[in-house]
Amino acid sequence: MPLKKSWWKILSFVLLVYTIVAGFLLDVPHLPILNETIRNLYFHVCMWFGMMILFGTSFYYSIKYLRGFNYRNDIYALNYAAVGCLFGILGYATGFEWVNVTWITDQGQSVGSVLKEPKLIGAAIALLIYGAYFVLRGSFTDIDKRARISAVYNIFAFAMLFPSIWIIPRIVGSLHPGAPGSDSGNPALDRKDLDATMRMVFYPAIIGWTLLGVWIATLKIRIQLMKDKNIINE
Amino acid sequence: MNKLFLICFFMLISTMSWAQDKVEMADVMRSNGKIYTVVAVCLTILTGLFVYVFLIDRKISKLEKENQK
Repeated sequence: MPLKKSWWKILSFVLLVYTIVAGFLLDVPHLPILNETIRNLYFHVCMWFGMMILFGTSFYYSIKYLRGFNYRNDIYALNYAAVGCLFGILGYATGFEWVNVTWITDQGQSVGSVLKEPKLIGAAIALLIYGAYFVLRGSFTDIDKRARISAVYNIFAFAMLFPSIWIIPRIVGSLHPGAPGSDSGNPALDRKDLDATMRMVFYPAIIGWTLLGVWIATLKIRIQLMKDKNIINE
Repeated sequence: MNKLFLICFFMLISTMSWAQDKVEMADVMRSNGKIYTVVAVCLTILTGLFVYVFLIDRKISKLEKENQK
């Protein structure tokens, strides 16, 4: 593997080692209910950021496919979306572990009010829409039709991310730390609110996790490119 | 009277900030150094994952080379 091609893979590893070392050892703000779980920002929240970036990349390749109908771009779009979904599911799983010890145990929320949490519902809708993308793909036998229609659908799916995970949870208020309606500040990206030392770990962590996702996606893409070698004519 | 009020006010503020410092953190793990074990475990898992992904990467590179022939 030539070094020129793989510098970002090394960068991903270095950033994630830094995330774990600095993420566990550096001092964080002492906040009630959150306690040490505030460090989940470097892991759980990064899954969602990675998911958004990977879905964005998938969206980009879908548009690229529709501009030239190059089958290679369809493979790119599919695999970036797949790894994005993996990140989303991991984000969900880590979220549930966290909810158990904060909202339910410490804050005394009922399971019902947790299920009404707009970010949970929004993320579920977004993941289900992407789930339908894979179902849609699977239902075609004609390769060109499959690539074309799923590219259009993928653009719709990405557009649905805006209301479901970015706009609505910010309007209606949520239980999440930093959400409007809660008394613990502003969203993670608000530079006025997030603690300076936490930002020093949080931003590199996003890049590290995302690059790991991209790496896995490129592996899947390369396998499929080899498999479909006969279909791709450039 | 005003001064007395101010003094009481600042005393109150200092007790408030003191109360905030008492949020329970994993200080025990930090003081006896067990947190380093957690870091070591996570680093091991991370390294293992990366080695695994790297090996898959190398295998695919090899396959690609064979395919080009």
